[in-house]
Amino acid sequence: MVHTGDSQDNTQQVRVGVLALQGAFLEHVNILSRLPNVIAVLVRRKEHLSTIDALIIPGGESTTIALVAERSGLLNSLKDFVQTKPTWGTCAGLILLANEVHKTKKGGQKVLGGLDIAVNRNQFGSQIDSFEAPLNFANVTTSDTDLFPAVFIRAPIITSINSSDVKVLAKLEHNVGQTDASAVVAVQQGHLLGTAFHPELTDDDRIHRYFVQIVTQILNEKLKHAKT
Amino acid sequence: MSSFTVPTNLVASELTTTELNGKPPQASFQVKAGLAQMLKGGVIMDVVNVEQARIAEEAGAAAVMALERVPADIRRNGGVSRMSDPKMIKEIKAAVTIPVMAKARIGHFVEAQASILEALGVDYIDESEVLTPADEQHHINKHNFKIPFVCGARNLGEALRRISEGAAMIRTKGEAGTGNIVEAVRHMRTITSQIKRASAMNEDELFTYAKELGAPYDLLKRTAKLGRLPVVNFSAGGIATPADAAMMMQLGCDGVFVGSGIFKSGDPAKRAEAIVQAVTHYNDPEVLARVSEDLGEAMVGINIDSLPETELMAKRGW
Repeated sequence: MVHTGDSQDNTQQVRVGVLALQGAFLEHVNILSRLPNVIAVLVRRKEHLSTIDALIIPGGESTTIALVAERSGLLNSLKDFVQTKPTWGTCAGLILLANEVHKTKKGGQKVLGGLDIAVNRNQFGSQIDSFEAPLNFANVTTSDTDLFPAVFIRAPIITSINSSDVKVLAKLEHNVGQTDASAVVAVQQGHLLGTAFHPELTDDDRIHRYFVQIVTQILNEKLKHAKT
Repeated sequence: MSSFTVPTNLVASELTTTELNGKPPQASFQVKAGLAQMLKGGVIMDVVNVEQARIAEEAGAAAVMALERVPADIRRNGGVSRMSDPKMIKEIKAAVTIPVMAKARIGHFVEAQASILEALGVDYIDESEVLTPADEQHHINKHNFKIPFVCGARNLGEALRRISEGAAMIRTKGEAGTGNIVEAVRHMRTITSQIKRASAMNEDELFTYAKELGAPYDLLKRTAKLGRLPVVNFSAGGIATPADAAMMMQLGCDGVFVGSGIFKSGDPAKRAEAIVQAVTHYNDPEVLARVSEDLGEAMVGINIDSLPETELMAKRGW
């Protein structure tokens, strides 16, 4: 990515929050802390949201994260945040960013919404059906010898895409159990990114870098906007 | 044990692939340990029927442990305690969407085998001292299973022996069914201080320390370098209040198991919710004070000194 703006843009620090209510939030923090110009911030209270440029919602149990967010008075602030600020959801995080969720617990579950998609929770079955699969990931992998090592743990999939603004970044590519190879497992809609798998469980930081790039671009555009 | 791989990004800047002579991390262990990583910061609740499982899910449990009797009742009723009825596990699986764990007796590899717990679609097996041990010398060889295992430990040697047998997650034992946190604290503090000692040792000393602990040398060396157990570690055995749970989190565990503490209390739903909040906000006294209010009666609890030596569950495991 080449910056044409002033030199300040190149060294701009990005504050990425990681929602730290339940799940593998430290794994995201540990990857983010290896990236240049990124400060990782744990988010547990709504006040924390005003201090960050972007948010990652980690893997964990989506029902737990939603219930704890609600009881911690965080749900509405999170809903507002994801409307405009760059947010990436991995696994449970993807579920929380989806506008429509299937196979939820009895009585359904609350979500933040934002992505015009429908997801199936726990598509593949119980833990014994969790797996790893190398994937092509648009804008991140460049060839078949350079795939992204995706880890799927009781993972969801994206079952329908309900807006032309949603771009498919990755598909399953091979049939897994009853699930077809064409199943979508990563999408982007403007400032929102969703992956059904766990880049935070690998040493491959390319999707984290890609997300930071989205954040930086959006921040720069805002900066340009403010100047003109 | 050179094949052991620390779950990726469990700790900051842990070298993985290159350190293992260029071999990629074992797919299966990464996936097994990965679910434990997803459970972190969560509460795993003992449940004995569908109704309790639903209460646990609504309270925000990250998983449930399906068992026939909670430890407090096992203690009271005595007799041999075994794996749960598969029918009950199936019903609980069908009633909730969160992961379901089940217990197998120590060393009872058939209870754990494909024909039983694996085939039921249980998400994690707890090789547990709460049930009556089936083998007084050997634990289950957990490498033989596709399903991940969690095992109890009182000290670093025990934890590393279990990991070397293939456990993808550890829980400190505490003393189950007592509602008394003292043993959970002892075990957590013991492991932490043993890791600190190991971290300060050079290689010569580590060889001797491995012998002393009865721990595999390679795993001890890895643990010393990481400064923590090389898999996710929950606390268990005696947690009865939100403050108990928060204390264990502050002592450094990754999450908690609550057994009898919830469904042996006056208002299980409210207490379960409060413990979930306490585990997330374990460092926030304001939240802890708020959620601890008006929870009704806690389980009565037992002074561990009053238990005869033969009734201590934590001593089971070798």
